Amino acid sequence: MNTRSESVDGPLSVPALLHRNANVFALEPAYREKEFGIWQTWTWSQTLEEIEALALGFVDLGVREGDFVAIIGRNRPHLYWAMVAAQMVGAVPVPLYQDAVAEEMAYVLGHCGARIVVAGDQEQVDKVIEIQDRLPDFEQMIYLDPRGLRKYDHARLHQYSHVQDAGRAKRDELLSEITARQAKLDYDSTCVMLYTSGTTGKPKGVVLSNRNVIETSKSSSEFDDLRQTDSILAYLPMAWVGDFIFSVGQAMWTGFCTNCPESAETMHNDLREIGPTYYFAPPRVFETQLTNVMIRMEDAGRFKKWLFDVFMAHARKVGPAILDGETVGLWDRWKYNLGELMIYGPLKNTLGFSRIRVGYTAGEAIGPEIFDFYRSLGINLKQLYGQTEATVFITAQPDGEVRSDTVGVSCPGVELRIAENGEVFYRSPGVFVEYYKNAESTAGTKDAEGWVATGDAGFIEEVTGHLRIIDRAKDVGQMANGALFAPKYVENKLKFFPNVLEVVVFGNGRDECTAFINIDLTAVGNWAERNNIGYASYQELARHPQVMDTIQSHVEEVNASLAQDEMLSGCQVHRFVVLHKELDADDGELTRTRKVRRRIIEEKYDDIIAALYDGSSSVSTVTEVTYEDGRKGSIAATLEVRSAEVFPVGQMIAAQ
Amino acid sequence: MLDQAEGYVTQDGRKIGGVVMEMRNITLRFGGVEAIKDISFDIREGEIRAIIGPNGAGKSSMLNVISGFYIPQVGEVWYKGAKRPALKPYQVARQGIARTFQNIALFEGMTVLDNVMTGRLTHMKTGLWRQAIWRGAAETEETANREVAERIIDFLEIQSIRKTPVARLPYGLKKRVELARALAAEPSLLLLDEPMAGMNVEEKEDMSRFILDVNDEFGTTIALIEHDMGVVMDLSDRVVVMDYGKKIGDGTPEEVRNNQDVIDAYLGVSHD
Repeated sequence: MNTRSESVDGPLSVPALLHRNANVFALEPAYREKEFGIWQTWTWSQTLEEIEALALGFVDLGVREGDFVAIIGRNRPHLYWAMVAAQMVGAVPVPLYQDAVAEEMAYVLGHCGARIVVAGDQEQVDKVIEIQDRLPDFEQMIYLDPRGLRKYDHARLHQYSHVQDAGRAKRDELLSEITARQAKLDYDSTCVMLYTSGTTGKPKGVVLSNRNVIETSKSSSEFDDLRQTDSILAYLPMAWVGDFIFSVGQAMWTGFCTNCPESAETMHNDLREIGPTYYFAPPRVFETQLTNVMIRMEDAGRFKKWLFDVFMAHARKVGPAILDGETVGLWDRWKYNLGELMIYGPLKNTLGFSRIRVGYTAGEAIGPEIFDFYRSLGINLKQLYGQTEATVFITAQPDGEVRSDTVGVSCPGVELRIAENGEVFYRSPGVFVEYYKNAESTAGTKDAEGWVATGDAGFIEEVTGHLRIIDRAKDVGQMANGALFAPKYVENKLKFFPNVLEVVVFGNGRDECTAFINIDLTAVGNWAERNNIGYASYQELARHPQVMDTIQSHVEEVNASLAQDEMLSGCQVHRFVVLHKELDADDGELTRTRKVRRRIIEEKYDDIIAALYDGSSSVSTVTEVTYEDGRKGSIAATLEVRSAEVFPVGQMIAAQ
Repeated sequence: MLDQAEGYVTQDGRKIGGVVMEMRNITLRFGGVEAIKDISFDIREGEIRAIIGPNGAGKSSMLNVISGFYIPQVGEVWYKGAKRPALKPYQVARQGIARTFQNIALFEGMTVLDNVMTGRLTHMKTGLWRQAIWRGAAETEETANREVAERIIDFLEIQSIRKTPVARLPYGLKKRVELARALAAEPSLLLLDEPMAGMNVEEKEDMSRFILDVNDEFGTTIALIEHDMGVVMDLSDRVVVMDYGKKIGDGTPEEVRNNQDVIDAYLGVSHD
């Protein structure tokens, strides 16, 4: 790759894009924020004026080129402007997670040596003051919301609007300075530094250049035909790469409008009022919304409920096909239009999805029925796969080729490669420059040719060219016969059933796969209540024969769907038990974020695992448990081991 | 310790001004029951003044005297340097005194925003007819009042329930809405009747923070009744302690805490 190549057309930095937008879209809305009950709007030319005033104020405060400017707070236009203002004066913006505790902030602020901090409100200011003694480089703090801060010592503290006012007052003398600094920005200068969340070890500062951000924004905007008239709701953490690309990168490239909610609690209401045309949410958000809809429909009158059920069934039948532009019978189309008028339209309006042209979800696997629900309503929900190091986009689903089990084809400009062990590698213009002050990790992640390891295992479907992610690469193993063993993939499939709370699949180096299953006490308990089945405890409900039958049918359904997949058919679950206790973080079986700790579970329940593989039909066991107050006790139980039907590869099942 | 004419400086460095309201030898009777017996104290500009005492001590009666709802048989109420005659509640409201109630008194069927707007009533000058056709002055006035209401909604962080009918809200939020309505009147003296009664620890902490913020941001003088000793001691600048209608202590939380009469009233004393 030619590293010095300049973009053929167009601006080479985010501030340059801002100037272009202020010229081209001067009177179009750039940012909106709901404040005092009203949507306040800033046009592109007003935005330029605000950002420039802040940039002048930055220079006045002594911000130098190459300085790091940390930004901490919820999504607000002023904080986005602070990022661009920092770029304008040659500094590097570093957005931080606003819910991070002071300790975590101390590491990040210390690591990048931020001289300036822009904080949203008193809460963030307090956190920084708490740790400032440990930050030798920290000099000045600017706060946005003055509430509660009036009596603070203002020796190093400045109100945002005052900094802007100071900048405006000295415009004549300082403007030439920032013009000169902006002129020095090119495609290879640093655009932003984002810290990875750091699930393993300390957070790493990912340095992204203007090339990374602009090239990615450009190609992804073209991929989805984003336009100046689009609008988005910015509600995801500012420190996350996705938010930076959507609310700054793509917004600057296409000139669309970024809307900021009034507060985290009003997000859903604000979503309805704005009706974004381009929307991103993690699967959890879609799941919660669907649950809310379903609960409210349970409470609706009988006629409304019937209407809803009839039309939703129809939508499930033809909705996705209509969305993908396939031919659908005239009668079906007419009925769908009627449904749109009576059910789908009002429902989408309630959810705030009336105007969505492009919606994305990513981050974890989404349940197929959740995914299909939204698509059947006519919402163009798609999946993408990305990471900070790639400036988000690695793969995405093009319109018309959307499925719940793939993450799409490689984005424009992205090359994919699958390594021997199944790990996915990519190379693209979006590939990050380096991890800041961490050459070792940089070398470990990005090779000399620019290929980056994702840490995820997956494969590319031969027919469609779609990438499918199956698991974290380090969790993927091999079975005794050499077949691929991807426990998390199978576990996720099982966890999509509401009755199943947690699953642990075993089989690495063995002949067949087996599983531990936890039932979801809320869902199964609800079912038991409706069917007059009495139970006194989790343990009793878990061993109920009808519960076992239900779980067995879920396992068999998953086996059937795995059988259709040549690579993963070996992972079918042959035998399983429903555990007598819920896996618990207090017992060390889960992490605090509810991730399964395989090694510990394998050791703790070795007797049950032995029973799963020696063909016995039941197993007696005693398990130590830790109560919430730290005392220890034990549970004795006899568990039934069930065998589930497995299917030969590629067989289509009729019963679905 | 107190300089009567000039005010004083609190521990956290706030400057407290002159006397806003003064109770002079107040006695209040209900038939043969003496609810308040010869009590005098003052409330100074910018301070948070608490009235505490065990059940039946006469705290709420005292607050009702301050708000002008009860007229004491003996004694004088001095407000902003003048003796206050017997007034109707709306006249008291016009004088810049607003209050919240122990048993929430909101309009349950109205939204939060509408309830807060009712707090602006004393600031509305246009007549019924003009308001009905909503033209000219009435429109300008409502816009200005709505802006004040919205700033208070923002301040108390109740944006998410702006359009929710009050009846649907949980108790802790209703309390906050009531505070919002009182604040909407832009009072110079704010009376809070047990603002934290029935709340859990987290709600109490939130409420305490809002009370401090209100005092800090708007400089509002606050007089409050509260049961929770911990809260009172943290919040207030000066405390009046009542027991059986009598004042048994008056001073900073520190002074009151070490007052033997107060300790006896709260912990009981053996009569041997």
